Amino acid sequence: MTQYHKIYREDLAFLRDIVGEKRFFYGADIGEDYYHDELSGENCPPEVLLKVKSAEEVSRILSYAGARNIPVTPRGQGTGLVGGAVAKFGGILLDLSAMNRILELDRNNLLLTVEPGVLLMEIAAFVEAQNLFYPPDPGEKTATIGGNISTNAGGMRAVKYGVTRDYVRELEAVLPSGEIVHFGGKVAKNSSGYSMKDLLIGSEGTLAVITRATLRLLPLPRAKMSLLVPFSSLTAALAAVPEIVNSSALPTAVEFMTGEVIKYAEEFLGRKFPDRSAPAYLLITLDSMTESELDKIADETCENALSLGALDVFISKSAERNEAIWTARGAFLEAIKASTDEMDECDVVLPRDQVAALVEFRGELEKKYSARIPCFGHAGDGNLHIYLLRDNRSDEDWKNLKKDVFDALYSEADRRGGKVSGEHGIGMAKKPYLAEALEAADLRLQREIKKVFDPGNILNPGKVIIE
Amino acid sequence: MKIALCIKQVPGSTSVEIDEKTGVLKRDGVAAKINPFDLPAIECALWLKEKTGGDITAVTMGPPQSEAVIREAFMMGVDHGIMLSDRRFGGADVLATSYTLAQGLRSCGEKFDLIICGKQTTDGDTAQVGAELAEFLGIPHLNNICAVEKAEDGFLYAVSEQPLEKLRLKIKLPCLISVEKNIFEPRLPSYKLKKLTAGRKIKLLTLDDLEDKDPEHYGLNGSPTQVKRIFPPEHNTEHVFWQDGDVDAAGNFFNLLKENKYLQFLR
Repeated sequence: MTQYHKIYREDLAFLRDIVGEKRFFYGADIGEDYYHDELSGENCPPEVLLKVKSAEEVSRILSYAGARNIPVTPRGQGTGLVGGAVAKFGGILLDLSAMNRILELDRNNLLLTVEPGVLLMEIAAFVEAQNLFYPPDPGEKTATIGGNISTNAGGMRAVKYGVTRDYVRELEAVLPSGEIVHFGGKVAKNSSGYSMKDLLIGSEGTLAVITRATLRLLPLPRAKMSLLVPFSSLTAALAAVPEIVNSSALPTAVEFMTGEVIKYAEEFLGRKFPDRSAPAYLLITLDSMTESELDKIADETCENALSLGALDVFISKSAERNEAIWTARGAFLEAIKASTDEMDECDVVLPRDQVAALVEFRGELEKKYSARIPCFGHAGDGNLHIYLLRDNRSDEDWKNLKKDVFDALYSEADRRGGKVSGEHGIGMAKKPYLAEALEAADLRLQREIKKVFDPGNILNPGKVIIE
Repeated sequence: MKIALCIKQVPGSTSVEIDEKTGVLKRDGVAAKINPFDLPAIECALWLKEKTGGDITAVTMGPPQSEAVIREAFMMGVDHGIMLSDRRFGGADVLATSYTLAQGLRSCGEKFDLIICGKQTTDGDTAQVGAELAEFLGIPHLNNICAVEKAEDGFLYAVSEQPLEKLRLKIKLPCLISVEKNIFEPRLPSYKLKKLTAGRKIKLLTLDDLEDKDPEHYGLNGSPTQVKRIFPPEHNTEHVFWQDGDVDAAGNFFNLLKENKYLQFLR
């Protein structure tokens, strides 16, 4: 393992000089929030926190750190779930959240250029005010776009619109050498050599630091609707998913939820869910450019769902009706968290037709280990969020339970053609599972790629790939 | 128990044009929805029906396209619908609206034990129609109802939310209540009920069907209110800044959240 250089007084002076007094923090002046992200149990204080404002600052910092073998961890809002933005080996924590300007809306090419610290919700508000649409829709709206790109975040609308990668056209980034590079372009097609842009997307800040992104936009769909579809069992609900997704109605999202998780949300929010008659539901969203087209595809989808065994279909068209459903849906993660003392999560993604089997397997694990393992997720794109709850177990029992349950889940997912992470990334939490899942040649290539970009292994070390 | 439910179609959003001459909302061609305050009223009626039996009649006044709100009420489980629709009803203020509704309820051939209204509408915002309707009908009424306990022996037992206290009240039927938004979480419209009720007839009442046929009592003619200006509610975004150096920024923030009642349910 790489031995890193500790930060000395002369380093402090140099780094302080780059960003200035106000954006420089050292030792005890660094807030504890910067020791961790949303992954529980990993606390690593950085030695220095630098709030950068430009690619040039990032470049100077990386050149300096590279020459002195100081680890550098880029960070956005720290909303990640796998420890990706945690300074595992101390060193410099590079906070990019102050690089938060929207730089250009290019109406001719329908592109938006932003700095990496702009929040997802700021992008949505900005483009929707112009009747435009940035489709990727991860649940965490206070995440930065830089973080979204670094994890190739997905979200619910992936079923119809794809994920972050599908909307990134160009990236400016700083290599660990300090060179500022531009990958991709404002072009709709590109067969010009290896796609370096796509290599950076999802690389979790281990290859380069993203300092600017140009995103592709679409016209904003004018008409939207949600359908809440009750089923007599979760198995029945999940069995209906492939046919619903493949219908000509092209649903935007197909989520599944159980009565159990809805109950947690009700307790957490102190508010009733609009329907509690069934043990399991699908939540389908539809969008269209016109109301009449929307009504047509909604009727089609309702008929389709009923023919697939739905007990009924509940229709939600107005803001207040949507709010009643989506407030609960948005609170699931926090509600599950609030129902226990600690939890760990698994974000596997599977071929759509394998989701039901893995959810059932999870049910068997619940029985086998007498543990609560609630789940919900994006049935339409095969991405499951499965949570293992500690429920006051001792440290030893919790450690063992985590190992047993996650080993079983990941190997079952792998057997069914699944991947370790659908949208949260690998960070440090899922590294062993990724190493296990990759073919030997794939793992070797990934290690070599890391070495080409970052021969000194200073950029976000200890993440994604086991060295 | 026979329940009448007053509901209304309102613009789907707050960005609506106003007719400068009449001060009336231009409703044509604008996406419309059921008044959000009416949804808990519908749920309240359904809850009472489940407890006591009987049936529910939704009543609305508006142009022909407002039939959609009756259809949506059917999709939630409401049994019957009455539409008061006539060009001569157009442009009505609170007084004319309440009077028309009262005439409609008198002239429809049904006798209701209970009339339920939402607290207010999102377009007019007056919160007066319920009370005035009850006065025209000569029946007692309660407003700010946040809970309904039971209907028994000719009385309704309900809770009214007042600024400083909650009042448990008993009111003689027939009566009218206006319910608060949080009284019930409204159910969603059902597609199965949509199909089942697609052919259900809605009773249409025009001026010619009402007891009082004097057109001067209806619509713009029957409205003494002079509309000077109608405007969508202004969105207030107030920013409060506490500087880094403020000693008690956290305390200030806590108090602000408390003042605005965000922390009232904090355990």
